[in-house]
Amino acid sequence: MAINVFKFSSPATFYPLAGKMVPWFAFVAVVLMVVGLYLSLVVAPTDYKQGEGYRIMFIHVPAAWMSMLIYVVMAGWAVVGMVFNTRLSSMMASALAPTGAMFTFIALWTGALWGKPMWGAWWVWDARLTSELILLFLYIGFMALESSIDDPRRASRAGGVLALVGVVNIPIIYYSVQWWNTLHQGATIKASSESSMTDIMLLALLVMTFACWAYTIAVALTRVRRIILEREGNTRWVGDMLEDKSNG
Amino acid sequence: MLSALFCIIQRDLTLAMRNRSDVLTNLFFFIIVVSLFPLGVGPDPELLQAMASGVLWVAALLASMLSLSGLFADDHADGTLEQLVMTPQPLALLVLGKVCAHWLISGLPLVLMAPLLGLQYGLSGDILVMLVLTLLVGTPVLSLIGAIGAALTLGLRSGGVLVSLLVLPLYIPVLIFGAGAVEASAAGLGAEGHLSLMGAMLVAALLLSPLAAAAALRISIE
Repeated sequence: MAINVFKFSSPATFYPLAGKMVPWFAFVAVVLMVVGLYLSLVVAPTDYKQGEGYRIMFIHVPAAWMSMLIYVVMAGWAVVGMVFNTRLSSMMASALAPTGAMFTFIALWTGALWGKPMWGAWWVWDARLTSELILLFLYIGFMALESSIDDPRRASRAGGVLALVGVVNIPIIYYSVQWWNTLHQGATIKASSESSMTDIMLLALLVMTFACWAYTIAVALTRVRRIILEREGNTRWVGDMLEDKSNG
Repeated sequence: MLSALFCIIQRDLTLAMRNRSDVLTNLFFFIIVVSLFPLGVGPDPELLQAMASGVLWVAALLASMLSLSGLFADDHADGTLEQLVMTPQPLALLVLGKVCAHWLISGLPLVLMAPLLGLQYGLSGDILVMLVLTLLVGTPVLSLIGAIGAALTLGLRSGGVLVSLLVLPLYIPVLIFGAGAVEASAAGLGAEGHLSLMGAMLVAALLLSPLAAAAALRISIE
C-alpha cells in the first residue's frame, strides 16, 4: 500500500490518475446535489418557527463546514509539502484555496440572506460572523501571497507558512458560539448527543454536505491538473504527453 | 545566547537613533490619524468618548503595520540578514531581538503618546490607564505577528500592500480585545477577562511567531 501512495505523490503519475477521478466525483456531486436539493426544498417539512426561510440552512451550513474543513486540509497539505518537500502537496494546497474562499463567501452571503428575515439585519458583528470574515481574508491573503511570488517553490513554501499561522482561526470559528454569547445560534448537530432536528432535515443536510465534498474534490483535482501542467510545463513527461495527444 | 539577543537589540536601537526621522514619522502618523477622526465625525464629546478606544487602537494598528516594512528590508538590502542566518545562534532568537527593538522603536512611543491623545477625546483617568495598559500588552503582539508578514513578503514587488493583506486579519483579535477592554472598563464592567486573553495572546505570540518568522525568512532569502 505504502508503495502506491508514494507512486502517486509524483505529479507525472498523479496527473492521469486525477484525470480519471474527476468525472466520477463530478458525477457524484451532481447526483447528490440534485437529490439533496429535492430533499431540502420539497421533502423537508416547514420549520414551525422560521417558516420556509430556514431552507437557506441546507446550503449555508454545508458551505460553512466546507470553508473550515478546506482550510484545515489546505494547511495539512502545506505541512506535508514543507516536511517531505513534495511538489504535489503544495500544488494541492494552492488548488484548494479558491474553492475554500468560494465556500466562505457563500457561507457569509447566505448567512446575510438568512439573517435579514430572522434577525432583522444583514450583518451583525458577532464572534462567529467576524471570525468567518477573517477566514475569507486569510484565504485571500494566501492566494495573494502565492500569486505575487514568481518562483513557484518559494511561493508554495511561503504560502504554507501563512496557511499554518492562519490555522489558529479555525478553532476560534468553531467554538465561537460556545465561548461567546452570540446572536448566531449554537450547534444543532452534535456527535455526542441526539440531534435536535428531524431526521429528514438531517438527511437532506448530510446529502448536501457530501455533494459539496464531491464538488470540492472534483474542482480541486481539475485545478491541480492545471497547476501541474503550468509548473511542470518544461519536463519531459508533459512534452511526451502533448506529443501523444497531437499524434493520436 | 542572551548576549546575542541583547546585541541585536542594541544594534537595531543604535541604527534607529542614528536615523531618528523614521521613528518620528511613525509616531506622527499615529498622531495625525487619531486627530483626523474628530475633524471627520464632528467634535461631539460623547461621540468622541465612545469612539476613542477604537480609533486609538486602529491608528496604533496601522502605525505598527506601516513600520513593518523596515523590519527586515534594510538588513536584506545590505546583506546583513544573510550573515544573521549563518550565525550559530538560532535564527528565531535573533528575530525575537529584532522584534523587541522594533517594538521599542515603533510600539513604545505610541503607548506613551496614547494618554495625551486620549485626553483630546475627553477620556477620564481610569480609562486612560486601561488604554495604556492594553496598548502596552497589545502592541508587542502586533510587532510579533507583523514580523511573520514582513518576513514572508521580503523582497517582493508588491510587498507593502501585500503585508497589510496578510497581517491585518491576524491583528483583528488583538484589536477586538484591546478596544473591548477599554470599552468594558468605561462601561463599568471588569476588563480582567479581556486583559487575560491579551496576555495569553502575548505569551503565545512570543513563543510561536519568532519561529514562524524565522522559517519565513529562510524561505525568503534562499
